[in-house]
Amino acid sequence: MRHVISVLVQDHPRVLNRITGLFARRGFNLESLAVGTTHQPGLSRISLVVSGDDRTLEQVEKQLNRLIEVLKVTDHTEPHVERELCLVKVHVGGLEERLAVKDIQEAFRARVVDVAHKSLILELTGDSKKVDSFVEALRPYGILEVMRTGAVAMSRGERVLKVREKKEAV
Amino acid sequence: MKGAEALLKALEREGVEVVFGHPGGAIMPTYDALYDSPIRHILVRHEQGGVHAATGYARASGRVGVVMATSGPGALNLVTGLADAMMDSTPVVAITGNVPRALIGTDAFQEADVTGVTMPITKHNYLVQDVNDLPRIVKEAFHIASTGRPGPVLIDIPKDVQLAEFTGEFDAKLDLPGYRPTLKGHPKQIERALDALEKAERPVLMVGGGAQHAHAELLAFAEKTGLPVITTLMGLGAFPGNHPLWLGMPGMHGTVAANRAIHHADVILAIGLRFDDRVTGKVSRFAPHAHTIIHVDIDPAEIGKVVRTHIPIVGDSRLVLKEMLKGAKPLRLAAWWRELEEWRTRYPLRVRPKPHLQSQEVIRAFHEATGGNAIVTTGVGQHQMFAAQFFPVTRPRSFLTSGGLGTMGVGLPFAIGAQIARPEELVLDFDGDGSFQMTLQELATVVKYKLPVKVVILNNGYLGMVRQWQDLFHARRYSEVYLADSNPDFARLAEAYGIKGVRVERKEDLRRGVEAVLNADGPVVAEFKVYHEEGVFPMIPAGGAAEDMIVEDPREKEEVGA
Repeated sequence: MRHVISVLVQDHPRVLNRITGLFARRGFNLESLAVGTTHQPGLSRISLVVSGDDRTLEQVEKQLNRLIEVLKVTDHTEPHVERELCLVKVHVGGLEERLAVKDIQEAFRARVVDVAHKSLILELTGDSKKVDSFVEALRPYGILEVMRTGAVAMSRGERVLKVREKKEAV
Repeated sequence: MKGAEALLKALEREGVEVVFGHPGGAIMPTYDALYDSPIRHILVRHEQGGVHAATGYARASGRVGVVMATSGPGALNLVTGLADAMMDSTPVVAITGNVPRALIGTDAFQEADVTGVTMPITKHNYLVQDVNDLPRIVKEAFHIASTGRPGPVLIDIPKDVQLAEFTGEFDAKLDLPGYRPTLKGHPKQIERALDALEKAERPVLMVGGGAQHAHAELLAFAEKTGLPVITTLMGLGAFPGNHPLWLGMPGMHGTVAANRAIHHADVILAIGLRFDDRVTGKVSRFAPHAHTIIHVDIDPAEIGKVVRTHIPIVGDSRLVLKEMLKGAKPLRLAAWWRELEEWRTRYPLRVRPKPHLQSQEVIRAFHEATGGNAIVTTGVGQHQMFAAQFFPVTRPRSFLTSGGLGTMGVGLPFAIGAQIARPEELVLDFDGDGSFQMTLQELATVVKYKLPVKVVILNNGYLGMVRQWQDLFHARRYSEVYLADSNPDFARLAEAYGIKGVRVERKEDLRRGVEAVLNADGPVVAEFKVYHEEGVFPMIPAGGAAEDMIVEDPREKEEVGA
């Protein structure tokens, strides 16, 4: 099963190494990883998309918690918002193609962020499934490049990834 | 004050008395400061010897072992020892020099990415960028190494940081918001555990290395309840090896009684162990009758990692046992004990006497002569298992071996560390001819510090455990295991170092040899030429289960299952 996991970490050098190293060493399957700063100085937040059975996911969470610089780990099984940003550079030969691509762009509520003689860059934000379908829809027109950020996630409602919560770690 | 002096002062503040190490270019400022420091430095001849000695020191004393090395090759020589300390949850702090900050990343002389290399084999590591961070980092390193599930921590210090002027504070605060080990077991879970034990008909108590510090509580709990106790290789000594409740060691080379007890148990209380594959064999066939497994461990990640756990208790084994003791009652286990007693008396560990000198009888002779009063260290292989089987230690922190990583060559450096930690005690290193040769350069350390360690080499002229597997599983194709044609004369080798050498080749000289070793004031290297066809039994082949147990050498006799 696919899981989206949020991890709050101290933004020390190599902290990302520790996390990816852990996944490689323990043989966990990492589909995507996105990382950025937060509103709290010194803290970064990482979103991981991981696939595996319940037992594996339990280990993923526990092993992440063992890392000294990891403050909090949440597997988003509760209602949450998940978004990914994607840039697609697509080949557009003539007017007909350009219009067809424009139709797809509108249908997905994507944006055109670069227009060139023979290509367009489209920007789309959505959950990973939506991004998948978008890329598939554009495929017949000749995709030149795709760049996806990987999913980021946040719980709905009052729930937040807190720093001071007691963590069971070793 | 320079960074190097601040570092040593910070170590002093952690109560460090001894550091094992080897100098080199990038750590020279620290060695210069050491010249005036009250900290005792033990100069080893190879950094691997240093980290193993620090590990032996930690394991024998319960304190943090400290090792120092220079950058690049020096630091990389620590790798095996750090991995060993990680696997066996031993508190070690390694301090390494690195090239000056300006040269990091330039492939400078003796530069290596040591924090990168040691990331997966340390509990945590640091690359110090600011000299004023040193007190905090040292404090954190010792805190991380020695609390929760202990483990090794490495501090890498660039040479220019060691030389920089220190202007910071020594009373630095720990900055570890993500590190809060759970120490107290959940009362509700403890209650459930006690309840399950009370209803059990065939319960067993299994303990591992995580209970070494909980020996007193463990003894009280076992005696109060009357539970049969099984200790893993790492748990040997956590419970007295001469106690009537003790069934021995489980797993691949465990006793019939211990393995059968686990196989037939309905409730298992496991404390401070991680269900290593050498203990469980095939997991799907491990403890098939156990409807309840209670797992007490300070590391939540160990719970449910290998076996299904019904009652998880995260916490420090000593505190959990203390709580459990409050609610413990004598259990009615007479029928169960009758079964256990029968297995124990019917299948004791035994040696089928042969005309040649045998490893088991050598170890047994030392056990008898010392009354078991010694700290035992071992290398890895047949002699290690024989020592575990035939030298049942009665005190905690007295059987020092490489359990998880299976590192050949730890015997001598562990003995050095143990002897320094407990100078009054007899330290016996039961070693193999193969294992011993992996770190024998540390004989120089033994001489330099006049350490009275007794090295007992059980020389069968082979890499015996590999040979045993070739015997059983590779049609006796003895690929690259023969050593006798090129082994040194160990007694003369010892003499070359100025150490007393003893050689025993015949059965009738065993007693004389044991006495020669034990009566010597200083260090001894004794070589006992033992029978090369001996195998370690009982044995559960890798990936097998208790039912697949081979009780005695198949070339000699019977197979008995669970």
